[in-house]
Amino acid sequence: MMAELWLQFVLALDATIRMSTPLIFCAMAGIFSERSGIIDISLEGKMLLSAFAAASLAALTGSAMIGLVGAIIISVLFSLLHGFACITHKGNQVVSGLAINILASGLTVTIGFAIFSQGGQTPFLGREQRFMPLELPFIEVIESLPIIGPSLGVIYSEVISGHNILVWLAFLAVIVTGYVLFRTTFGLRLRAVGEKPEAVDTAGVSVSWMRYKAVIIAGILCGMAGAYLSVAHGGGFVREMTAGKGYIALAAMIFGNWRPVPVLLACLMFGFLEAIAARLQGVDLPVIGQVSTDLILVLPYVLTVILLAGFVGKAVPPRAIGVPYAKER
Amino acid sequence: MEQKLPRWIDIGLLPLINILAAFFVAGIIIAVIGENPFAALSVLVKGAFIYKGALGYTLFYATNFIFTGLAVAVAFHASLFNIGGEGQAMVGGLGLGLVALMLDPLLPPLLVVFIALPAAVVFGAFWGVIPGWLQAKRGSHIVITTIMFNFIAASLMVWLLAGMLMAPGQMSPETRSFADGVALAHFHTLLSYGGISVAKSPLNLSFVIALIACVAVWVLIWRTRLGYVIRATGQSEQAVIYAGHSPAKIIIITMAISGGLAGLMALNEILGVQQRVILNFTSGYGFTGIAVALMGRNHPIGILLASLLFGALYQGGAELDFEFQTITREMVLMIQGLIILFSGALAYMFNPLVTRVFSSFISASKGPE
Amino acid sequence: MTVTHKQAKGSDTVPFAISLRGVEKTFGAVCANHNIDLDICTGDIHGIIGENGAGKSTLVSILYGFYRADAGTIRVFGKERTLRSTADAIAAGIGMVHQHFMLVPTFTVLENIILGHEGTESLAKGFEAARVELAQLAARYGLDVDLDAVIEDFPVGLQQRVEILKALYRGANILILDEPTGVLTPQETDQLFDILRALKEQGVTILLITHKLREIMAITDHVSVMRGGEMVAHKRRSDTTPEELAEIMVGRPVRTDGIWHPPSPAQVVLRADNLGLNAEISADSSVLVSEISFALKAGEILGVAGVSGNGQSELLELLAGIRAPSSGSIQIGERHITAEMPSSPSEIKSLSIAHVPEDRHLTGLILSFSAAESMVLGYEEKIAGGMAGWLDREQLGEHCASLMRDFDVRPPDPSLKSSLFSGGNQQKIVLAREMSAAPSILLVGQATRGVDIGAIEFIHKQLIAMRDKGCAIILVSVELDEILTLSDRIMVMNNGSSMGIVERKEADARSIGLLMAGVR
Repeated sequence: MMAELWLQFVLALDATIRMSTPLIFCAMAGIFSERSGIIDISLEGKMLLSAFAAASLAALTGSAMIGLVGAIIISVLFSLLHGFACITHKGNQVVSGLAINILASGLTVTIGFAIFSQGGQTPFLGREQRFMPLELPFIEVIESLPIIGPSLGVIYSEVISGHNILVWLAFLAVIVTGYVLFRTTFGLRLRAVGEKPEAVDTAGVSVSWMRYKAVIIAGILCGMAGAYLSVAHGGGFVREMTAGKGYIALAAMIFGNWRPVPVLLACLMFGFLEAIAARLQGVDLPVIGQVSTDLILVLPYVLTVILLAGFVGKAVPPRAIGVPYAKER
Repeated sequence: MEQKLPRWIDIGLLPLINILAAFFVAGIIIAVIGENPFAALSVLVKGAFIYKGALGYTLFYATNFIFTGLAVAVAFHASLFNIGGEGQAMVGGLGLGLVALMLDPLLPPLLVVFIALPAAVVFGAFWGVIPGWLQAKRGSHIVITTIMFNFIAASLMVWLLAGMLMAPGQMSPETRSFADGVALAHFHTLLSYGGISVAKSPLNLSFVIALIACVAVWVLIWRTRLGYVIRATGQSEQAVIYAGHSPAKIIIITMAISGGLAGLMALNEILGVQQRVILNFTSGYGFTGIAVALMGRNHPIGILLASLLFGALYQGGAELDFEFQTITREMVLMIQGLIILFSGALAYMFNPLVTRVFSSFISASKGPE
Repeated sequence: MTVTHKQAKGSDTVPFAISLRGVEKTFGAVCANHNIDLDICTGDIHGIIGENGAGKSTLVSILYGFYRADAGTIRVFGKERTLRSTADAIAAGIGMVHQHFMLVPTFTVLENIILGHEGTESLAKGFEAARVELAQLAARYGLDVDLDAVIEDFPVGLQQRVEILKALYRGANILILDEPTGVLTPQETDQLFDILRALKEQGVTILLITHKLREIMAITDHVSVMRGGEMVAHKRRSDTTPEELAEIMVGRPVRTDGIWHPPSPAQVVLRADNLGLNAEISADSSVLVSEISFALKAGEILGVAGVSGNGQSELLELLAGIRAPSSGSIQIGERHITAEMPSSPSEIKSLSIAHVPEDRHLTGLILSFSAAESMVLGYEEKIAGGMAGWLDREQLGEHCASLMRDFDVRPPDPSLKSSLFSGGNQQKIVLAREMSAAPSILLVGQATRGVDIGAIEFIHKQLIAMRDKGCAIILVSVELDEILTLSDRIMVMNNGSSMGIVERKEADARSIGLLMAGVR
């Protein structure tokens, strides 16, 4: 009984990592964009577009790598569109993001239908067209360790080993984000541009160019998220396959107060909720009975609202967020 | 340098250019996927207006957009970006459904309709008021909270419709049907009483209610003191405080009105067609309301026109799906995205160009000095 | 306009720090700078003085590369420069301390200083190098600041010091300060001047932009006067007097009399008793207003003088019901407003008190509304009421048209957007609105800020007329001239407290000025 429960728990942890990966990419993308002062609700749309691009290209060329590169290019192009509207033309950032999200829903299915004639889906991708799990070495060695061997072995083989390259990249992205934001000159300027763009402008640095760089990075990260969904975690593109993950990532970003490590933890928490929701479907739990998966899945949204309302903690967004920069007068 | 443009350019020509730009890009995409954009346009127009019953469907869809468009516009006047129309409409439909399901065994159908109608407004308003309150009193960003509330509403609907509200013996997540007569009359039925025969369509009395709502919103915004203060709040909360009003109160009231209008959308879909609450009856119309409001520049007349355009797109889009191998209904979603982009985020992109053309035209007509 | 060149020539070996010839800048139809010639000697403290809207800010923006001049040449240390951007100005050795500080509030002092001039991509290395250099700079100029403190925890005086240090770190040897004392207390101002003198001693050239004569006289070597977008005079400080400068500045002799005549005050209508206000943020326990007591009589004008930021704005907000007092009370008729029983703007209005707020753009008008709509802001019910909840547009228009006639608002078009009126006419709209409510008490904040001279006189006459009709007026103004022109009694505020109430006949610019500086 205990062993069974333990195994279930370990498997849930494994699923958590899989579920969290796209959230982590997107949330880091959101950090870059919003730290520079550009609201990005188009994480969802960019992820959807890049998932489609990755799956299409992988199906057409047979290479997951080309899919990934294509996904990043498409996502960056839409980031540039967002930048063109919000930075160059000082348009409303929320409206622009929304436009991209809706455009993405329409465009992916329209083009997908035209190319593949499968109702907006892409063909199922075989192993060679996807990023497959990487089995780490030494599993036997760890399992054969005395006392802790068996339990550690399960964790090692199930939770740590067996993930594809993009999962590793997601965690790497957190480290890189933290380093770039807080340890480099680029990061200093990026944060300053989101807090007080005038200070950056009067220091002789272009505010627009800084913000463009930020949204381009956001585009790259969203592209990886999309590619993960369709050519790594999944085996092809399905319409609306992002299913609100971009918004969950947005919630995680707010929940983690725009700071990489807390945001990572929020992503893992939301990923965990998704993982156990899937596991608890129709399962009778002792004492509480059946738990509605809908109620578990809605938790990220509810928690974010509670946080935003300042009932627990306080979300402090960058001060210049959402405001197009115009020189005075 | 800053030339003031005449009114007809500002509220007529520029929005038109923006829409044309959106359609131009859509046309290119259609051409890229190997279809003739002009052929598509002609099918779209025929499908929306010419074919039998087409106009009725177009107006039926337009009804949804009028409600959700007005909802967005009212909030916009107070500088509130209500993205939550979708969720507010869902919850409005839920309220309507609960009242209908509870009362239809007890009361005559007409009376049930009369009680269900305000229920849709009240429930929708409630779902708008919470984000409004959170913005006014707790400083939470209304864009984010309304997004979250859309998801919360969606989960709530799944939970209820697949749970305690699910009709017995049903497998799909929906309630039982309401009693006969708990519905809004269809136009084709009404007109047949007068001896006029028109093709069957789901167009129902909600359309009339939508037109009334247009007038009501116009009166509210430009002819009442509340509307005045709503607009003032949207421009300067500080000035409103100094004038002796409470912006927090106004924000909450505005969100109630906005949510109530979104809730009314449920009339059209639920009382007009389904006569039961089904999952996803809102089908993204709440988001379309944002495009409609942006295109209609938050004015009821503009919203009416934009709603007709989107009604035509949705109805004509169904026809496209039918007639073309490679075109699906999602094409409409794409056009909607493009319209939000060009009429919203890039609304002023063509301003400098138009200003330049206009001033060179003026100086040319004046001749050399 | 002939320009009197009386300034010292730059010697043959030392060129002028800045030398402008024929600089022009127009915005649309407005000529902000016209044919500006200016020479600033290296190592000088050079003042530029002028009223609001004289074109000082535009000139400074050109010097700092924010705007490009339409015509003219700019030489910096004898070398002709094209200042396309801020980066160009910095490279030319020009540093700037803006009126509103350009500091990132959540960053540390060090982060703010190196922003844009980090040296390397690695922040740690940049910090290390900067610390060494800043230690030298601090020692050389006597500018001590804690480099690791977060800016938002700093008082404004220290923030300004960071701005100066930032400019020096970026290699400035010409420092422009735009209205640097507007937000400073008198003590902080003195400290700033000490710093400026130290900088001068080290060879830094300083350009001080201000509209305060006292500062010009206190610290500059040379002064140039701007009026209406033009440079109208250059003077050696030691060769001029405040009176002469004031006259050149406004283009006419300053009058502080003529409109005023003795009041006939009646009963007390408002009594403030030990009124106090603490900052709202609990961590910051600073006192904004403390122990203010006065009695206001019907038919008198009580002027409230003080350097901006000494609690006058807060006092006005307390009286207008926008803020609740932390201590003490305000008595209006039978009503005692206290911390326990605070008031609200709508209640204040119902007590027959009208309020002309200090900032007409932010709080006085809705800029995007038509004049007719702005004209009823806060009085919709009374004026355009009619049926319950209705807004009677016809009445709105008529009401506005008649007030526009009475107050000579130009153009007299009720449907014109509020933002399209000039500052003076906007102010007249606000005044017309508040005065037409026939209040028994009128609160006025900065009656004529940014208002052209013709309108100032009109507004002053209206206020006196209002007083003569028996209205009690509290006039808060940072323009001492205005206070002296209109007030029957003058309360001077310093650091949140009253320095005392002076009768008009005992008041002159000198005595009030001392009280404003906190000297009793």
